[in-house]
Amino acid sequence: MSAPAPVRTRVALRVRVDPVACDAYGYCAELLPERVTLDEWGYPVVDGTPLDRELVDLATRAAAECPRRAFLLERTAADR
Amino acid sequence: MTTTTRLPVERLLHTGPGGPTDPGLADHLALHGPLVVPRRDDPVWAEALRVDVAASGLAGRGGGGFPAAAKWDAVLRTNRRPVVVVNAMEGEPASAKDRALLAWSPHLVLDGAELVAAASGARAVLVCVADDRDDSARAVLRAVAERTGHGSPTRFSVERPPARYVTGEESALVSWIEGREARPVLRVDKSVPLTVGRRPVLLHNAETLAQVALIARHGAAWFRSLGSPDAPGTTLVTVSGAVATPGVVEVELGTPVDEVVRRCGPLGPMAGYLVGGYGGAWLAPDLGHTPLAPGPLSRVGATLGVGIVVALPVGSCGIAETARVARWMAGESAGQCGPCVFGLPAVAEDLELLAAGRADAEVLSRIEDRSRSIAGRGACRHPDGVVRMVRTALGVFAADAARHAAGDPCEGRHAPSLLPFPSAPAVSGGAS
Repeated sequence: MSAPAPVRTRVALRVRVDPVACDAYGYCAELLPERVTLDEWGYPVVDGTPLDRELVDLATRAAAECPRRAFLLERTAADR
Repeated sequence: MTTTTRLPVERLLHTGPGGPTDPGLADHLALHGPLVVPRRDDPVWAEALRVDVAASGLAGRGGGGFPAAAKWDAVLRTNRRPVVVVNAMEGEPASAKDRALLAWSPHLVLDGAELVAAASGARAVLVCVADDRDDSARAVLRAVAERTGHGSPTRFSVERPPARYVTGEESALVSWIEGREARPVLRVDKSVPLTVGRRPVLLHNAETLAQVALIARHGAAWFRSLGSPDAPGTTLVTVSGAVATPGVVEVELGTPVDEVVRRCGPLGPMAGYLVGGYGGAWLAPDLGHTPLAPGPLSRVGATLGVGIVVALPVGSCGIAETARVARWMAGESAGQCGPCVFGLPAVAEDLELLAAGRADAEVLSRIEDRSRSIAGRGACRHPDGVVRMVRTALGVFAADAARHAAGDPCEGRHAPSLLPFPSAPAVSGGAS
């Protein structure tokens, strides 16, 4: 009981796309294929479930590399 | 459901001898009773009205169905005087209810706006009427002129945003009021009100406000005495298609779809009903008994939308009609989001090829896959509505779709469209 809870970030993060800003550069799908696929026109289809810890760095990088700043990392309740 | 015949109701639209009229203020007050609005901020009165509207269960009549009282609460939490926006844009081609309301009873809408303004501390009310609706704008201006000099602190003005489908979407409308283009804005948290300048926006559909005007006069229990506990009150429905007397009728929420159509004189058996609007859903004839209310409609994959029912007669082609609607709706995209900009025209083109019997073997699965992929990926719900309408069409008109997919073209595809369009499906204006 007193042992730390198994690895699970307390505040979960998830990825989201701002569809207005997105111009289908597609970097997000290259950097985070675990969560992003591209539709037939090159626009991202994202899996918005909470990110596993090992994906957080990649997602952060994908958000930073998006030329349109359309790839967003946002907090979500961990118990979703 | 009860089997008793529901009598026509006249709460919002009073017909009477001579048909619809635009009663002046005196006639309006004689018909509906005096309007009690305090001339300065009165928190006790405001709270009583808020409680009454909340207890009435009034849901917004602009398509979203959001509880009217919840919108007030969100604005009150900001502790700022809001701006009240009356949304009478009515961009749905098959809807005429807001037009009818402003033509028949503009003061009822203005009453509601004045009540909401007084209760929320707003001074300004912006009545938004599309720039191709001069009759509605004139009716509002005439009514506003009649109300001046009565000591109300509420200032009404009439705004004329561009007549496009998406302009009526609330974030697009507020963008336009702020001097930007009338395009929807991605909202992270919809419980945070939109703003004009630094003021929060309290935006309601015209019919919603007319309902508030009645609730303020007669109370929540009176409002709930019609309709069902989950969907109380009456609503305006625009009925068109194969009916003898198309037009706007007022019905109790929960009235079966086919009974609403019966009121307007159906012309022969129907192949399906388009319910909710061009971003609504097709309903098979054997589901015509579905109560016209949000819950029962959502259980059959449909939506109340802005209260539209189009009756499609047996013998016309639902696929061809759907193709035209999809093409028009694709052209009405604000042109901002990839899935909408590229996805909707692709779906429309496949539907056109399907109706012409010239599609390839994969057309039905391709439309289905694209529809699934497009849904939920725009800043607003425009694409979601279109693909819902398309997917339900492929279900309701499955036999036609299969026949056309096998290369047998639709005979009726060159017939004039049963569904109305404000203009020919056109190239979108804003997109480069």
